[in-house]
Amino acid sequence: MANWIPLWLHKLGSPPIFYRFAGLLRPWMLAFAVLLGAVALYGGLVLAPPDYQQSDAYRIIFIHVPSAWMSLFIYGVMAIASFIALVWRIKLAEVVAMESAPIGAAFTFITLVTGSLWGKPMWGTWWTWDARLTSELVLLFLYLGVIGLYHSFEDRRQGARAAAFLAIIGIINVPIVHFSVNWWNTLHQGSTIRILGPSKMSGDMLWPLLTMMAATKFYYLASLFGRARVDLLAMESGKDWVRKIAEDEAAP
Amino acid sequence: MSSFFAMGGYAAYIWPAYAVFFIVLIADFIAPSLRRRRNLRELRSRLARQTARQDRVTRTPPASS
Repeated sequence: MANWIPLWLHKLGSPPIFYRFAGLLRPWMLAFAVLLGAVALYGGLVLAPPDYQQSDAYRIIFIHVPSAWMSLFIYGVMAIASFIALVWRIKLAEVVAMESAPIGAAFTFITLVTGSLWGKPMWGTWWTWDARLTSELVLLFLYLGVIGLYHSFEDRRQGARAAAFLAIIGIINVPIVHFSVNWWNTLHQGSTIRILGPSKMSGDMLWPLLTMMAATKFYYLASLFGRARVDLLAMESGKDWVRKIAEDEAAP
Repeated sequence: MSSFFAMGGYAAYIWPAYAVFFIVLIADFIAPSLRRRRNLRELRSRLARQTARQDRVTRTPPASS
């Protein structure tokens, strides 16, 4: 049947081909991210009206919620790539898993800090140990644990395997973060946006939020491609194709 | 315009939040390119050492008789 798809995937898994592929796509991903991000910021900060309860303070939502979504989404990608790396020993899956971790950690950190800056004026406190906040903090520690474990081995592939195990075990935290607002009594508000059924938000607030969500997705791809390229170069530094790149890029 | 920056009195919370968002993401984006430059520089100096060693081996005349 259509066996060009597995063939294509197989080729894409080869480090020099993925290196080139990622290099071609990365500027486009970044351009989409910046463009969509700028549109979303204009929509969220300028066009959207103030909230009837929170006035202008709610505008943190346009970065807080997309970052929170990304913190969970990237964890999912990392766990799936880790699983593939452990089962099929595909180098590229290892690279995707290990290079997703710092990006996920960055988004988790942003989520926590912006949430704190939103919590102070609205709840009167920077931090509280409730279910949503605590589980998101655990998510940050899981990311840091994966990064730390990866770098604590002399042999990077061995480190990647150990860290991949931790990433897979830690996936249990993702549904806990997501459902924490339903399972426990918490200060954090429930979901506003629903995939099934109508969202509880007016259109002129909703579209900047969804646009920013798309922008962060593209940003993730751009950052991941850049990181994966660097990691592949380091991993394959003995190979001819890397040697050629090193010589071509020699400082004049 | 100044009312835009005032953010209804919440400027002290909103602008730092946006600043953190951009600073963290820009740092995340720049970090790998620095790592890449360092890696390639190290690789080049390793290659240079390798070729220098090979040159020495081939140029030295055999020490026989």
